[in-house]
Amino acid sequence: MIETIRSLGRWGLATFERIGRAHIFLFQVLAGIPGLAFRGSLVVQQLFYVGVLSFALILVSGLFVGMVLGLQGYNTLVDFGAEESLGVLVSLSLVRELGPVVSALLFAGRAGSALTAEIGLMKSTEQLSGMEMMAVDPIRRVIAPRFLAGFISMPLLAAVFSAVGIFGGYLVGHGLLGVDDGAFWSQMQAKTDWYGDVLNGVIKSIVFGFVVTWIALFEGYDAVPTSEGVGRATTRTVVHSAFAILGLDFVLTVLMFGG
Amino acid sequence: MPLIKIRDLHFYRGDKAIFEGVNIDIHRGKITAIMGPSGTGKTTLLRLIGGQLRPDKGTIEVDGQDVHQLSHAELYELRKRMGMLFQSGALLTDINVFENVAFPIREHTTLPESMIRDLVLMKLQAVGLRCARDLMPGELSGGMARRVALARAMTLDPMMIMYDEPFAGQDPISMGILVNLIHHMNNAMNLTSIIVSHDVTETAEIADFIYLLSGGKVIEKGSSVQLKKSSSPWVQQFMQGLPDGPVPFHYPGVSFSDDLLSPEEIS
Ligand SMILES: Nc1ncnc2c1ncn2[C@@H]1O[C@H](COP(=O)(O)OP(=O)(O)OP(=O)(O)O)[C@@H](O)[C@H]1O
Ligand SMILES: [Mg+2]
Repeated sequence: MIETIRSLGRWGLATFERIGRAHIFLFQVLAGIPGLAFRGSLVVQQLFYVGVLSFALILVSGLFVGMVLGLQGYNTLVDFGAEESLGVLVSLSLVRELGPVVSALLFAGRAGSALTAEIGLMKSTEQLSGMEMMAVDPIRRVIAPRFLAGFISMPLLAAVFSAVGIFGGYLVGHGLLGVDDGAFWSQMQAKTDWYGDVLNGVIKSIVFGFVVTWIALFEGYDAVPTSEGVGRATTRTVVHSAFAILGLDFVLTVLMFGG
Repeated sequence: MPLIKIRDLHFYRGDKAIFEGVNIDIHRGKITAIMGPSGTGKTTLLRLIGGQLRPDKGTIEVDGQDVHQLSHAELYELRKRMGMLFQSGALLTDINVFENVAFPIREHTTLPESMIRDLVLMKLQAVGLRCARDLMPGELSGGMARRVALARAMTLDPMMIMYDEPFAGQDPISMGILVNLIHHMNNAMNLTSIIVSHDVTETAEIADFIYLLSGGKVIEKGSSVQLKKSSSPWVQQFMQGLPDGPVPFHYPGVSFSDDLLSPEEIS
């Protein structure tokens, strides 16, 4: 019994210590970002690895999610004779929710896990220590460019996801189910608000990008430097990111659309 | 004044004491060897000198500066003048041999590309790998990787180089060349070298001074001639590599027979 309480206490202390380390890490990374102004090529290279390589996944997933939305939405709306509003349904679902959330989940699985594994392996093969001894700060040279790249990529990927998704909804709605395309587009444009919907979605995707990249890089940097440790860190990145995305999505939704 | 002055160094890993009151002086322009059984903390000592680990007690001064009192920027400034060869090589795996050696130059200077190329090829030539410059680190053998790391450690012409097991995994020929290279560099460039090695004969040949570490203490120090004449059975066993003697081969713990007979393991 006492032992259980003790181990619970140890676990609690370790968890808080880790959260503290994660924040110190974040400040060090942010402090390293201004220096990147002179090292643009490092960021561009990471934009390719983090962003461009996730592009195909986002494109395909967005298209399918949009097509499913079109199909499901039509079946519901047609009972009320409101199938003309399909465009509104598809665009609002994507822009407000599914775009940022699903693309962030995919981003965590594709780019986040890759970042953790890469940094964790660099740590376990002493590449990070080696840099330190060459007087190159790994946080500035390795972590900061990846952080910036993730932060920039995520909102763009979410925007692509939503755009492709809307197109998928249109394909199914107009092409397959015969919804009038004039009504589809005009209702969508009339009912989707720039500030209320689009901008809030963008804010969500910026927050998710920040958090997922932070989690992924910290897990890699803080990984136990063994193959097992890196494997576990990679899993943790995906799990923690998913929790963070869904939890934050709820909080942000309440703040944006709750009142 | 010595280049590196270690005083009353204490360092613990959890409850395990790695160093308990170690004093070491490393003199400028000399080759100092640190030897001791596997697991005594030789790599740990180099990391303490490089400021990657913090001592629990005691001080380490490099070139008159207390390594662990320096600010982040000052520490990085100091490290530019220290070279270190890692036991594992620690090459960056996403760039090739040439870029690995060029890495410190690119990071710390704005030399033109042609000069970087000359410098890198010169260093690679010295370790016999000039024609391996396009290989990726994954395509190198362990011994080759360590030679690339050696070339990289020399690129910025530091005031000192710490070699962690430079001879491990080298065939007799490259071993001989490396021994000469380290010796030659030390004298020609007025470098200070610290060599951690198990290759007693090769190291003793070029070391001006040797420290023997064990059990968290300096057991013996002196020139190789002095150590070979030492009356301590411990030193004699280590220097000659004899299987029997006071130096334990086993990680400390209960005896083998007790372990075999202990009932709690049998369930
Ligand atoms: N990260 C770590 N966590 C806990 N203990 C460690 C860690 N790294 C090393 N140790 C312990 O510190 C001791 C010294 O390790 P170190 O690597 O310095 O030995 P070494 O003298 O370099 O050995 P070798 O000659 O085999 O390279 C070892 O007993 C090891 O168990
Ligand atoms: Mg070692």
